[in-house]
Amino acid sequence: MNVLRRKAPGLLAWFAGIVFFLPIAWMALTSFHSESDAATNPPSFAAALTLDGYREFFGVDGGASPWPALINSTVASLASTLLVLLLAFPAAYALSIRPVRKWTDVLFFFLSTKMLPVVAGLLPIYLFAKNAGLLDNIWLLVVLYTSMNLPIAVWMMQSFLAEVPVAVIEAAQLDGARLPTVLARVVAPIAAPGIAATALICFIFSWNELLFARVLTGVVAETAPVFLTGFITSQGLFLAKVCAASLVISLPVLAAGFAAQDKLVQGLSLGAVK
Amino acid sequence: MTATTTAPRAATPVRTTEDRPHARLRAWATRAPLLPALVFMITVTQLPFVATLVISFFDWNSLYPDARSFAGLANYGEVLTDPDLRRSVWTTVLLTVAVVLASLVLGLLLALLLDRRFRGRGLVRTLLIAPFLVVPVAAALLWKHVLYNPEYGLFNGLLHYVGGPQPDWISETPLLAVEASLVWQWTPFMMLILLAGLQSRDHQQIEAARVDGASDWQIFRHLTLPHLRRYLELGALLGSIYIVQNFDAVFTITSGGLGTANLPYTVYQTFYQAHENGLASAAGVLVVIGSIIIATFALRVVSSLFREEAGRS
Repeated sequence: MNVLRRKAPGLLAWFAGIVFFLPIAWMALTSFHSESDAATNPPSFAAALTLDGYREFFGVDGGASPWPALINSTVASLASTLLVLLLAFPAAYALSIRPVRKWTDVLFFFLSTKMLPVVAGLLPIYLFAKNAGLLDNIWLLVVLYTSMNLPIAVWMMQSFLAEVPVAVIEAAQLDGARLPTVLARVVAPIAAPGIAATALICFIFSWNELLFARVLTGVVAETAPVFLTGFITSQGLFLAKVCAASLVISLPVLAAGFAAQDKLVQGLSLGAVK
Repeated sequence: MTATTTAPRAATPVRTTEDRPHARLRAWATRAPLLPALVFMITVTQLPFVATLVISFFDWNSLYPDARSFAGLANYGEVLTDPDLRRSVWTTVLLTVAVVLASLVLGLLLALLLDRRFRGRGLVRTLLIAPFLVVPVAAALLWKHVLYNPEYGLFNGLLHYVGGPQPDWISETPLLAVEASLVWQWTPFMMLILLAGLQSRDHQQIEAARVDGASDWQIFRHLTLPHLRRYLELGALLGSIYIVQNFDAVFTITSGGLGTANLPYTVYQTFYQAHENGLASAAGVLVVIGSIIIATFALRVVSSLFREEAGRS
């Protein structure tokens, strides 16, 4: 009885973990089945494995190739993450190490922009892009994704930079180092793990984004999530292909998320929870 | 009275700038690193919203650009009286409340389990986080085609083994179908926040209570739950902010059909497919007003946690 009482929470946790992971495991298994084995009832757990789903998805035997969309997503996510870091890092410095007056107000201004729904600005952005000839241009998404992630990055980095000892910075400044040098040579190396976690979280949000990409891109600048929307309506037997596509497109996020696991809460709660 | 109180205040900054130009220069030097980010944010997020506000007062269909005219509050009247739009307001509320509550309760249970030591805890945590790390559109496709499909989906496949019914999940319970997929994705998020809350508890206090003979339930009810209150609030509010804006799941699983169109989807459809710019803007402004109400509470919770953290360090 006592043993059961001691073991029960662990067993329950394992059970819950498996239940939550089951859809992903099933998606992975299905992606390696042939289309006819993927669409059976009852499900074929032990069917022969094949790479046909992946071949279909990558358009090896004809059909739309996902590569342009994957490359667009990579460009949009990496470029916006880089831009976010370049803007957020000095801002976080001015909000933590040498804080401006009323720095908490500024911090909360950044946070409040995150609470403004995307749909509130979507139409003017669309009209502006149309008039400026920026529709279907990946760099417009870069700018928008930067604005989407900047508040999160400022909040996260502010809390990471606050942990950098002031004495180290003062020593460097006494040696005559100017601000950009201090930031790059002294602050950045100390705060590197926090900066990396911030970058991973910004990458995830940009990679996942659908609404802006759906409205503002077309053929040329289509991103991976927009490519996935092509699977919304059923096209006969296509489960293995859908699973392969969903898995491949989720892989970068799964990798980044697991890498940033410990800092994930802090990023998602905008720095409120450590 | 007003003159005497305002006069010295107005005089102070003038004097400081004359007496101490260096101080003013230094203040700008301190502000300089902040400015690029601040200017960028104001330009990209605040200006479009002002434009939305302006457009919301116009009768403007982009298919008939010459017929644009000032309409006053007519768009708001139409949004609030149009049955489709009113239903989408209601759907948004239902969707948000159901998903936030369900994932908060599940997340709390999982966090309580994960707070204990057991073999393979790290691995279980990783398994539980995984749903949150599937691209939202991919997760929605997974639920729509691979789990819900009435003929060969996993749910009906598993029901088949036990001789259960074979429901058509999406057409029979469309809103619930969307909600279930979102609960699956958001429970890990709630769990992570609540787990962080559990791990910041005062363990000495809990030990002391246990020595004094308090039961597990008493400790949970009188020590853990009050401590978790703010983390629960934070989870609920952040969850609301993200889920009120949900577009991906509604767009993918039901394409806004079967009464699942929420406000973001409706706004998208009103201008992207119906080209009613003025109407879409008015609906957008209403979404913002709703968000501001939630956000006011959210900001208060975040700032109280923030001050607590600052006080502790």
